[in-house]
Amino acid sequence: MRVALFATCLVDAMSPGVGKATVEVLERLGCTVEFPMGQTCCGQMHTNTGYPDQAAPMVAGFQEAFADHEYIVAPSGSCVASVKHQHEWIAAGQLTDRHVTEARRLADRTYELSQFIVDVLGVTDVGAFYPHRVTYHPACHATRMLGVGDRPLQLLRAVRGLELVELPEATSCCGFGGTFSFKNADVSSAMLTDKIHHVLSTAAESCVAVDASCLLHIGGGLSRNRTGVTTVHLAEVLAATEAP
Amino acid sequence: MPDRQLVDTPFVPATRTSRQAILDRVRAATAGFEPAPVRRDYRQAGAHPQPDPETLLEVLIDRLVDYKAEVTQCAITDVHTAVTAFLSAEEAVRVVVPDGFPDEWLAGSTDSESGLVRLDDTGPLTVDELDAADGVVTTCAVAVAETGTIVLDAGAGQGRRALTLLPDLHVVVVTADQVVARVPDALGRLDPRRPLTWISGPSATSDIELNRVEGVHGPRRLRVVVAESG
Amino acid sequence: MSTTDQPAGKAEITQWPRATNTGHLHGDYFPRAARVALADPQLRRNIGNATTIIREKRGSVVAELDDWAELRAAGAAIKDATMADLGDHLERLETEVAARGGVVHWAADADEANRIVIEIARRAEARDVVKVKSMATQEIGLNEALAEAGISAWETDLAELIVQLGDDMPSHILVPAIHRNRSEIRDIFRREMGNVGVPAPDGLTDDPPALAEAARIHLRNRFLTTDMAISGANFGVAETGTVMVVESEGNGRMCLTLPRVLVTVMGIEKLIPTWRDLEVYLQLLPRSSTGERMNPYTTMWTGVTQGDGPEEFHLVLLDNGRSTILADPEGRPALRCIRCSACLNVCPVYERTGGHAYGSIYPGPIGAVLSPQLTGVADNPSLPFASTLCGACYEVCPVAIDIPTMLVSLRAKVAADPDSGDARERAVFRSAAWAMSRPQRWTRLLRLMRLGRFLARRGSFRNLPPPFNGWTATRDLPAPPDQSFRDWWTAQRDGGGDA
Repeated sequence: MRVALFATCLVDAMSPGVGKATVEVLERLGCTVEFPMGQTCCGQMHTNTGYPDQAAPMVAGFQEAFADHEYIVAPSGSCVASVKHQHEWIAAGQLTDRHVTEARRLADRTYELSQFIVDVLGVTDVGAFYPHRVTYHPACHATRMLGVGDRPLQLLRAVRGLELVELPEATSCCGFGGTFSFKNADVSSAMLTDKIHHVLSTAAESCVAVDASCLLHIGGGLSRNRTGVTTVHLAEVLAATEAP
Repeated sequence: MPDRQLVDTPFVPATRTSRQAILDRVRAATAGFEPAPVRRDYRQAGAHPQPDPETLLEVLIDRLVDYKAEVTQCAITDVHTAVTAFLSAEEAVRVVVPDGFPDEWLAGSTDSESGLVRLDDTGPLTVDELDAADGVVTTCAVAVAETGTIVLDAGAGQGRRALTLLPDLHVVVVTADQVVARVPDALGRLDPRRPLTWISGPSATSDIELNRVEGVHGPRRLRVVVAESG
Repeated sequence: MSTTDQPAGKAEITQWPRATNTGHLHGDYFPRAARVALADPQLRRNIGNATTIIREKRGSVVAELDDWAELRAAGAAIKDATMADLGDHLERLETEVAARGGVVHWAADADEANRIVIEIARRAEARDVVKVKSMATQEIGLNEALAEAGISAWETDLAELIVQLGDDMPSHILVPAIHRNRSEIRDIFRREMGNVGVPAPDGLTDDPPALAEAARIHLRNRFLTTDMAISGANFGVAETGTVMVVESEGNGRMCLTLPRVLVTVMGIEKLIPTWRDLEVYLQLLPRSSTGERMNPYTTMWTGVTQGDGPEEFHLVLLDNGRSTILADPEGRPALRCIRCSACLNVCPVYERTGGHAYGSIYPGPIGAVLSPQLTGVADNPSLPFASTLCGACYEVCPVAIDIPTMLVSLRAKVAADPDSGDARERAVFRSAAWAMSRPQRWTRLLRLMRLGRFLARRGSFRNLPPPFNGWTATRDLPAPPDQSFRDWWTAQRDGGGDA
């Protein structure tokens, strides 16, 4: 199966390991992974900050880069949600009818990683080995806009050696919210403080999520507080195959 | 006392222009708006398998008790016993009896021996008289099992709304044929042009730390007699 | 959908008015107000405790109904259908209310609504009025307007009483005093009740039943002697003229039944077409708001009933910016709101800041979309940004208002507004967009970002300049990696390597 990887700008720029892990898992599951070099960003940050006009060229660029691909997979619930739920709105307001049609077409072809593995490939055991105690933070957009449900948990439960601890008040937002973390830094920090408190209460070694952006935020707090707890993307857990 | 003459002058709305302006605006605002059709895929009145009568009463009583009403179940022929028991347990002496409340449901309660004083709303009763009453007994129009709700429609045996509001004890008789399963089943049985009061348990508040506390301004004690025929 | 599309016929209206400045819809700058709230740990505890309780209760009673999703869809669709023919429904309501002895008034804005109510009170020679908790009258600042006219308005809902006695502002739609805990309430009752009426009982404790009893004693005589009452309305049924108020304590029944004159102020969006439609909202509302299968009391009345209840009934239909919201296809769904406040109770931002930070009497997620639309974004430019867009509000909304999407649309309106938009921010985002719109530019930017590594300490930034200082005050930001994903890909794949 040919799969086009939409790495997302954040993974591309800040978390290349997540991209590499995604490639590794998909190839292990028999996919042929391609990385259309024309891709940049879904435009979500601009859209959510009030600049859909500036996001429009990114939406058009996404459509150009992925026009020929049947399956588009991204290791980010948030960016996939933007493609599926915002691109059509931006196209309708800022671009042409052709872009609106294309936005709908590509929305149907774009998948968050765990949804792609469980629903399209029909796999829950990806053959991973990760002998660590972890807790799982269900990222908001993946949970509420995409409805990934327990797919990431199904995948985690099948990982050999992994001990999964339930995160208290798991579905409460970590406080990132894109530019919210700057514009409302105090409220954002207060939310993060609670999230970190809950992560620490699990005594997990790592906090797992399907979104690099949430992990950047939670990780930033865990690091500042010298907790020793790390963040790790679901793709990185699934890519691991041997004891460190 | 306000000047009745002045008050009785009908208030002529001076805002005809605002009326027209608002209507013009809402019509212009929604021109071309074609919303999705309303789909009533929820459980509509009678559309679902109705629970058998026994279950219906069980659910009603469970929900009433859950919301801190006290409930007695009895045969229709024993209603007077149940009503009397509730009144005497609460030491209610002066009891409001709305017009049309069946006499046999109070038989024996208001004789000289029991010491109950029956207050009829002929006159009618003043708010002070109602406030000084120990309790009120009524029938009802409909009861909703699923929510533990009793609906009054000011019909026979219920009286005007103030009667069931000011006394601190409300004893209400529900007959089995008045009980419906869910909210949609109730609406069809009610006439919206009558004043309606939906009662689900005694007066309560959640205003202190969002914890439910029973007993504020309305009757703080709700006693329900559920009567079955036969 | 384009925000510039004008529906047919809209051009005929020359003025699309916003809510007047009268009333309580205008906020402070949210981040600043939030900082004040965050500095009050008692406030956060009070709100956190209360919302935790109500979330659990809501969850369990919603789960009891196996047709909740269908009720929710119907709840949204009925409101949309009502809006599509709102003019006709309003006229029908007016006809039915008038046919049954009620008087219908139309108020284009807050000032007009206040004038109408004051005039009714003057004619009734009412110096005092009792009030049922009502968002509409809070919105228009009716109590203040009445006070100016020499009329005392007495709030009778327990939480509103706490707010009024404490000379405070409401902080929640359903429970305006949610920011107060039981001992604070006891202190307010002890201190203030005697100044305005029957004092708190001696030795009043902070036991909730004792506090409820104190409210009962304090208000009892007022209910029995006051000649005029003012309420809001939860629903108005167009086909029958029926108006409905849901409540818990019985203060509503007192106000709606005992006084001789009743005035109900109702937003024009509170209409539903048919009696039968209530079957949907009577299930959605109590479960979403107080987490009960049914609220203790619901009163429904149609005009005036001889010998039962008020002799005079006035219904004031309030626009105050609503028709302007109605004209915006993207903002319109906000008018579905039935004021249940479920969105407040699940909102992680509200839970930490409380309602006062929003400034408007409509706080929380729904307030963040409703207030700026009622006033125009220029008057509430920070509220659309008071959200992480986590979507918890949309998930619980009983009438399926997609608040996050609406917030995004409002943010665009703020950014495009010449008075509210931040030109510097727009410029920064424009250059970012320029770089991110073309893969070649993006690739170059990524390589440039690597230079940042030399400024980082031990692999992360701990103290960045504005506007990033807000982040690094409490969070580290990792330094960029030495190789972007695309450079790795190119090196591994196109360069012939095998990953």
